[in-house]
Order: sequence, then C-alpha cells, then structure tokens
Amino acid sequence: MRLKCPTDFRIIRLPCTGKVDIIHILRSFEKGADGVFVVGCMEGDCHFDQGNFRARKKVEQAAKILDQIGVGGERVRMYNLSAGEGPLFAEYAIEMDKLIRELGPSPLKIAKNKKANAA
Amino acid sequence: MSLNTESKLEKILKAGHLGVTSECGPPRGSDPEGIKEKGKLIKDYVDAVNVTDNQTAMTRMSSLAACIHLKLMGVEPVLQMVTRDRNRIALQSDILGAASFDINNMLCLSGDHQSFGDCAQGQNVHDLDSMQLVQTVRHMRDEGKFLGGDDIKRPPKMFVGAAANPFADPFEIRVPRLAKKIACGAEFIQTQCIYNLDKFEEWMKRVEERGLHEKTFIMAGMTPMKSVGMAKYMKNRVPGMDVPDAIIDRLAGVPKEKQAQEGIDICVEAIQRLKEVKGVSGFHIMAIEWEEKVPEIVERSGLYPRPEV
Amino acid sequence: MIIAEKKPIEEIIEEIKDFQRILILGCNECVTVCEAGGKKEVEILASALRMYFINKGNEKKIDEKTLERQCDHEYLEEIRENIDDYDAIVSLACGVGVQFAAEKYLTTPLVPGVNTVCLGANEDRGLWTERCQACGSCVLAKTGGICPVSRCAKRVLNGPCGGSTNGKCELGKDVDCAWQLIIDRLRALGKLDDYEKVAPIKDWSTDRAGGPRTVTREDVKI
Repeated sequence: MRLKCPTDFRIIRLPCTGKVDIIHILRSFEKGADGVFVVGCMEGDCHFDQGNFRARKKVEQAAKILDQIGVGGERVRMYNLSAGEGPLFAEYAIEMDKLIRELGPSPLKIAKNKKANAA
Repeated sequence: MSLNTESKLEKILKAGHLGVTSECGPPRGSDPEGIKEKGKLIKDYVDAVNVTDNQTAMTRMSSLAACIHLKLMGVEPVLQMVTRDRNRIALQSDILGAASFDINNMLCLSGDHQSFGDCAQGQNVHDLDSMQLVQTVRHMRDEGKFLGGDDIKRPPKMFVGAAANPFADPFEIRVPRLAKKIACGAEFIQTQCIYNLDKFEEWMKRVEERGLHEKTFIMAGMTPMKSVGMAKYMKNRVPGMDVPDAIIDRLAGVPKEKQAQEGIDICVEAIQRLKEVKGVSGFHIMAIEWEEKVPEIVERSGLYPRPEV
Repeated sequence: MIIAEKKPIEEIIEEIKDFQRILILGCNECVTVCEAGGKKEVEILASALRMYFINKGNEKKIDEKTLERQCDHEYLEEIRENIDDYDAIVSLACGVGVQFAAEKYLTTPLVPGVNTVCLGANEDRGLWTERCQACGSCVLAKTGGICPVSRCAKRVLNGPCGGSTNGKCELGKDVDCAWQLIIDRLRALGKLDDYEKVAPIKDWSTDRAGGPRTVTREDVKI
C-alpha cells in the first residue's frame, strides 16, 4: 500500500499517547516546529485503558498555553484512529499540513528571524 | 415563675399569655425615620420587636442603634446579634451598650454567610457560635462576669433567645439541637418561618416528648407570603425553608392582585391552628418589608389586644 | 499536604517582564503531588515563558531547577553558588518555600508562581479539598474525626446551622455540610449521644489570630 503523505513532519513514536506530556508539545515548538499533532488509538480502545483520553487533555492544556503565549493553540491537534487505518493517518497528515500552511510559520520563528535580520 | 429580667416579653410569656413579636430591618442608610415609622405601626400589636443584625449579610444601620431608637419611643426591642461580624470583645461590649439603654431582650444567631450579602469578599469572625453566644449572655447576666472572669458592674439583664429551624436537615438532629440551645441557656426560641404545619407539629411532638417546651418558650415563626413568586423563591432559593406545594398552588389559584390577601389569610389560618398546639408559647410574625400588615394578622388571629403587664 | 494552584501565566509575566535572567524554582514536595509546582510544572512554565518572550522580541535566559524542598536550609543552599546568575527567581513552592528562599537570598527578588490554597487531600484525580486550617488545638476527637473549623463556612462548633439542606451547606449544593458529615460519623460510631455535649468556646490563640506560630522542641534542639 503506497499512500501519498506530506513529508515535512517528523514522527515521534510512543508506546501509547498516554506518554505525551505538555512539555513534549511545548518543546517541539521551542525547537522550531510549526505545528504538532498527536495521533492516538480510537477512544475507548486504549490498550492502557485511558492513555488516549489523557493525551487529549494534555493536548488541550498545551493548546491553552500556546494561546496564552501568542504561539496559537490551533497549531496543536489530537486525532484518533485504529492501527489498521493507514489511509486515514495520511488523510490526517494532509489535513494538518494544510492547516499549518494556512497558518504560516510559527510566530516564534518569525520573531527569531526578525531578530537575526536586525543584528 | 420568677422573673430574671425587666423584659416585657419575659413577663408576658411567664404569665402564661401567648406572646407576640415582630421584626424590623434597620434601614440601609442613617435616617432613623423608617425604623421609627415601622415601630409606630406595630407598637400596640406586639409585645416586642426584633431588630435584625445585617440580615442576609447586607450592610445596614446597626441593630443596636435601631433598637435604641425603638426603645426611646417606648417600643420593646429584641436585639438580634450575629456571631459573623464581631469577636467576643465586641459582642460583650455591645451587650453592655444595649443593657445601658435597658434593652432587655436578645436573640443570638450565627448569621447568614457573608457571601449572600453585599460584602462577599469580607472576612467572617465566628469567634463564638450562636450557642456559645447564648452561654456568654447568660454568663454575663447570671454570674455577673465577663468571659475573661472579671466582675461586671451592673450586669446586663437580658432575656435570652435563640433561633430554631424545625425544617433544616438533618431532621433527626433538630430536637437534640434545640435541647442543646436550651442547655446553653436559651429562655425563648423563635423558629424559622413555618409553612409546613404537619412537619412543625411533628417536631413539636418530639419537643414535647422530651419536655423541652417546659424549659423554654417556643414562639412559632410566621411570614405571610406576598405573592406566589415569593413563595416559589422561598421554596427554591432560601436554605432550610420548607414550603409545601399546597401553599404555592393556593396562591397561584387566585388572581395576582388578590395573592397578597390570600397570603395574609394563609398566615392567619396557620396561627389559629398552631395556637392549639401544645408547647407553642407565642408567635413571631416576620412580615418582611410589610410591617403594616402585622396589626391585621394579630387582630384576625385573635391575639389582640395585647395583655398589659 | 499543602495544596497550591498555578498562578495565571499572565500574572507571572507581568512580575518578571523587567528581569533578564530568571530561574524557575520548583519543589519536590507537596506542590509536586498536587501538580502545581514540581519538576514537570517548572519545565512547562519555563518553556512557555521562553517562547513568550522570544515572541515579544525580548528573549530572556530562563533556567529550570527543582529542589527536594524549599522549606529546609540544606536544600535551599543548593542554589547559593548560582544565585548571582539570576535577576529574579520564580518559586513554584508554597508560600513557605517562597518566603524561606527570600529570607535566605536577601538581594534576589522572588516571585511566587503558585497560589497556596489550603491544607488538604487529593480526593480524586484533579480534585483537592481542604481538611485542616491548622487552628493549633485539634477538636477532631469530639467531632467524629470531621473538622468543623476547616469544613464549615461559619466554623460553627455546635452545628449544624439552619442553612443545612439535604446534607449540603447553605453556600450551595457543591459544598457538603460539615455537621451533616459529623452527625453521620457519630451515628456510625454509635456516639450520636455525644452530639448534645456543648462544645466550649474555643481558644483561638493557637490559631492565626494568636500571631505567627512556632513550635519549639528543646528535646530535639542541638
């Protein structure tokens, strides 16, 4: 199965989305990401019972912080799918890619570039 | 029964008459005319008038000052005192102040929580609770001593009351709680507004079983409903209030302009029924901002004229 | 334990905006357990603040450290070496930790990063509730193990007041009536008769009202 999928994101594998912490999302932005999406199993299907629910909470909290600091909470999203749904993963990646392109580069990058240019 | 104070209320109750008290809220300003006007309206129809102490935690003229206005015009006041706003120093000090004007009755309360009033951000004191305030007044009167142990020159001669709510939860503790207040020294009790007469009578039965009605004078609290809206508000919004649907239905069953009169009728009928209940020593008629109706209620309930003592 | 909650980030930003080098200092004790000021919260706050100030074109040096405790000399000493590297410290410890650090490092401004709320328990995931007000003279033996000082809005020692409805406080349906709980417990203990014992007027001199409190133990002093 060959799927068309954007290539401009890095996949970080976790045993369960329950491992995702707010700091992982924030650090991604600090290190230059323009967006982050977390892909977990279907709600109710977590092997560890509540991992994906936890992840959703973490994503919501991270979004709130990103709003507060002017980076924008809309740059982080949570998706759910089952392990067999490769095409859906590609679809979500395309959707996220489109969203971030519409939003443009992270304000952090713009601020850093501005500073570099001024120097 | 021997008298402990010069209180007119005490004399009437101990002479075996049904006592009648009413209530006045001090104004939200410094003009004393309103309270005097209210006093004048009900003067001849009641034995004493309770003066509320920043009720519902809304800031008002001090209860003590308003009591003094009434006292000076010949009305017998009942000084209400809540433990929310003053510590034991201020409470004792105000008791002495009241006694210096020969104010002879006090009602000891804890007071509504400040979050219901106009100073929701304020502190509350509750250095004492209401029962401990009863004990304090009795201690000052009977022992002639301050809480700190020193002698009081001319101790305050207060007839001391407390409130009881026969309807609050848990019901099983309502009578033991009354017993506790009596043990602390409450000589008279004014109850929460009674609408559920059956439940009140059930409570009175249990009071009687323990003989508590012989240790204190229980005055049944009555508040006429002005409208079906008020009845619904009391039922749904006022904590510890028991308004049966029958009352609401009855008020709703008459046209709006006649609801007030219906409310008075309900109140009068309730008094007439409760007059016959063993252990009821009188009535505390709280016509909230409706003092002009007190004479009608008293007269129609057969409680007029008031006895001379 | 001591329960705290995070201050809004806007409030912290306002306090530190004029400093350039800032240390976010967490505490490994109570505030870690109540998820307000432990290592994780330090990381998140520091990261968020760094990004905020970069975004504003005013990049700052914002470092992270979490101490075992901030209410003990020995742990607070760990930052002495580096204290001059910072223009200010944001402490995520409770009010005790913030003050102890402030006393120790006289010339370093200290900004609290949490609001200290109460002494409480972790009743449920994401729910912390008050259990004690440290009044200094415990009445729990007389009240069925339920505290009327901390859990009754009026601190009524001979309750319940007339506002108790269906087991709830007059403040609202979300607040348990402490006295209902006391009565339930006394009943369960078969000690309901104790209810009628009048609680005496309380000695509040051991409470906040008596001034700052101290415990001196000659037996453990060296």
